[in-house]
Amino acid sequence: MFTQQLINGITVGGIYALIALGYTMVYGILKIVNFAHGDVFMVGSFLGLLFVQNAGMPIYIAYPAAMLVTAAVGVVIERVCYRPIRIKGTDALSILIAALGVSIFLENFAQLVWGTGTHAYVQEIKEKNYEFGNINLSNIQIGVIVLCVLLMAALYFVVNKTKIGVAMRATSQSITSAQLMGINTEMVIAATFGVGSALACVAGVLVGTYYDAVYPLVGYSYGLKAFAAAILGGIGSIPGAMLGGFLIGIVETLGSAYISAGYKDAFAFGILILVLIIRPSGLLGKKHVDKV
Amino acid sequence: MQSIIIDLFQKPGQYKKVAGFILVALLAAFPYIYFNNYYLHIAILVGIFVILSLSLNLITGFTGQLCLGHAAFYGVGAYVGALLMKNLQMNFFLALIVSFLVTGLFGLLLGIPTLRLRGDYLAIVTLGFGEIVRLVFINWEEVTNGPMGLRSIPAPSIMGFVLKERYMFYYLILIMVLLVLFLMNRLINSGFGMAMQTIKADEIAAESIGIYPVKYKLIAFILSSGLAGVAGCFYASYVSYISPTTFVYNTSVTILAMVVLGGLGSLAGSVIGAAVLTLIPEVLRFISDYRMLLFGALMVLMMIFKPEGFWGVSKRVKNIYKLKAGRRHHERDIKSQ
Amino acid sequence: MSEILRANNVSMVFGGLTAVDNISLAMEDNEILSLIGPNGAGKTTFFNMLTGVYKPTTGNIIFMDEDITHLKAHQRVAKGISRTFQNIRLFKDMTALENLMVAHPRCNQENLARVLLGGRKLKMQRQAIVEECEEILEIVGLKEKEGELATNLPYGKQRLLEIGRALATDPKLVLLDEPGAGMNSVEKEELTALIRHITEKMGKNVLLIEHDMKFVMGISDRILVLDHGELIANGVPREIQTNPQVIEAYLGKGMIDDEEE
Repeated sequence: MFTQQLINGITVGGIYALIALGYTMVYGILKIVNFAHGDVFMVGSFLGLLFVQNAGMPIYIAYPAAMLVTAAVGVVIERVCYRPIRIKGTDALSILIAALGVSIFLENFAQLVWGTGTHAYVQEIKEKNYEFGNINLSNIQIGVIVLCVLLMAALYFVVNKTKIGVAMRATSQSITSAQLMGINTEMVIAATFGVGSALACVAGVLVGTYYDAVYPLVGYSYGLKAFAAAILGGIGSIPGAMLGGFLIGIVETLGSAYISAGYKDAFAFGILILVLIIRPSGLLGKKHVDKV
Repeated sequence: MQSIIIDLFQKPGQYKKVAGFILVALLAAFPYIYFNNYYLHIAILVGIFVILSLSLNLITGFTGQLCLGHAAFYGVGAYVGALLMKNLQMNFFLALIVSFLVTGLFGLLLGIPTLRLRGDYLAIVTLGFGEIVRLVFINWEEVTNGPMGLRSIPAPSIMGFVLKERYMFYYLILIMVLLVLFLMNRLINSGFGMAMQTIKADEIAAESIGIYPVKYKLIAFILSSGLAGVAGCFYASYVSYISPTTFVYNTSVTILAMVVLGGLGSLAGSVIGAAVLTLIPEVLRFISDYRMLLFGALMVLMMIFKPEGFWGVSKRVKNIYKLKAGRRHHERDIKSQ
Repeated sequence: MSEILRANNVSMVFGGLTAVDNISLAMEDNEILSLIGPNGAGKTTFFNMLTGVYKPTTGNIIFMDEDITHLKAHQRVAKGISRTFQNIRLFKDMTALENLMVAHPRCNQENLARVLLGGRKLKMQRQAIVEECEEILEIVGLKEKEGELATNLPYGKQRLLEIGRALATDPKLVLLDEPGAGMNSVEKEELTALIRHITEKMGKNVLLIEHDMKFVMGISDRILVLDHGELIANGVPREIQTNPQVIEAYLGKGMIDDEEE
């Protein structure tokens, strides 16, 4: 029973982690919280469904296509909504409010296009269950966990071993210095939004497949918990986002299994608040130091 | 007569008083000009949101602490007020005070652990707090009646006289709003208020002139949440039915949007922001499907083109502390000009 | 009382880096004391320990015969220590006068209940505060600018306003962190006159960090030299000018007139 719940928790946690990466990467570079990221995740999920169901593409074409389009959505949001504010140099709160505006826009856009109800998701992959003793593991669960781990490993590789990764890390240290070193920071920012949004799309497709459901407000609860995961791990830190995602997934699954299902979401935020009281910069975050 | 009017308008600050007086008179006459229950309802909602956005402005606009859980305080006030009036038959005005105190205590409880947090960290913690409170409303069925909510919450009564007509609620909220505005105006233009604002501007500089940020942050949290609780208590009594769906994240975001679009750190801004954002969805009813879409777009556009809000701090009266401190100064300055 | 400030074996270690290493000093009442040294010598860190921004890793600080090592920054202001910052930290959206008023202890310690109740007495008290602050503005030469937002003042005036703000807290000791940075020679002369006024006419003590040697030599009664977090010299300006260790510290590293890390 406990192992079963743990595995369920890891599955959800992996999805949170994928979304959290988008929050944390953007924060790492621009020091802003993209509150619309949860809704980008929702858009990604719907696009996956759209390409398979309405466009009739096979999933191996539809899903990469959805990732590309979602990445474009992310980049456009940054270009159209955040960049003008960023360039003016107004405080972070303005961008936060703009992001909330984008979030409201996307949710209502989705409701206009797809209605307010829940849609059944693509079931191209037939669910198979494997029994290991009294633990039940589905092929979808295995797929989710494996894919999450692979993508995180890939991202880790990109950030730490490739040229664009070096540019990203340089930009996150200081945009001005990076520019002076000849890095095209606007490109890096666009790439960050693109990669983050594509990962969110994967998470969206996985959630759709795993729960067989997608609806316009799905981004809200996933977005919040992924944001909580990013903060819990220490926002700006990629390993932190992964750790935070798994932790929140596990805590909320165990909490709702053993304590109270009604308070499922409260466990995620409860642990977040507890951790922040003890470590205000999150588990793997850097300590904020005011320079005097 | 003419000379009196000219005189009134020539003294700086005086014409504002005249304008304010006319505005209040118009607001008081409103139920007689447009006696329409729908308009009155909207006006009452505006009043509630004016108090909510003014209170949030205290934390976010003046003290600079981002809060995304304001709806939770609003909800706690509503539930506390409703339970007191319904189950204990407590008088509305007493319930209002108790709501203020209980919600203020919640504000303190949230304030203490968040003292070390800033910006986005504070945002997610207050947001999480809001979610937890909402879940308590839904799950603590013995007290809150769960998702069904609380029904037949009694209307306020003053010495046996029951305020059951809509226009009575209108006057009640009008008086409450004016009172809150009056006190907030005193507060923010005082030395105390200026000290609060230094914390938003630069905490280290504030400490360097002897201001202890912890004290002001906590007081801001207590007052702000307490006021939101008062708005909640009024709301409960006004609509006589409350359920968890009112006190959600979206409400918190709307209140924050009112404060920011109106103008952070500006009382007039909060009033305008609350009025505009309550009215927009109503005015746009004829394109009801698209109104929230437009609303989202408007928030973005506003931040791009007018980030300081409709009535930003740049419109504030400079050296108001000095102006308020002494007529003597003031008159001397005028004579010397 | 002849000794106003004393630091006993004060050190500050950040991670593995020793920014200030075992410094002891005493400041006499009514002297202008200067702290000089190459960039990164630990001058500002030392200031931050005196004002309570940092807690020293070891050692203690005595101000007017009282151990203030464990007091918080705002409590030290109440004891009578105030400061300016190397990178000006004024309240940008407040006017010049407001920047001073909010630093005035009777203004920022106004009681919440009294504020809400209002009344004549409060008005009278505020009048006195305003008058005192306007006097200080007069002293720093910004009386005509009282309604100007701090952010709109030219750089040199902002430095003066910050000194004014430090004075408004009614301190006994004022710490000035590079008050002359960014000023031209005329402004620096005015600054010298202002610092003299503060010490001689107002009876305050001044401890300052400065890079401009001409300015420092002209104004200081005594100079302390820091290098690599250590105190390498202590004496009157003439002694410092000829001290071989000081010359080496500066020439060895090159003297750059820039912001300190």
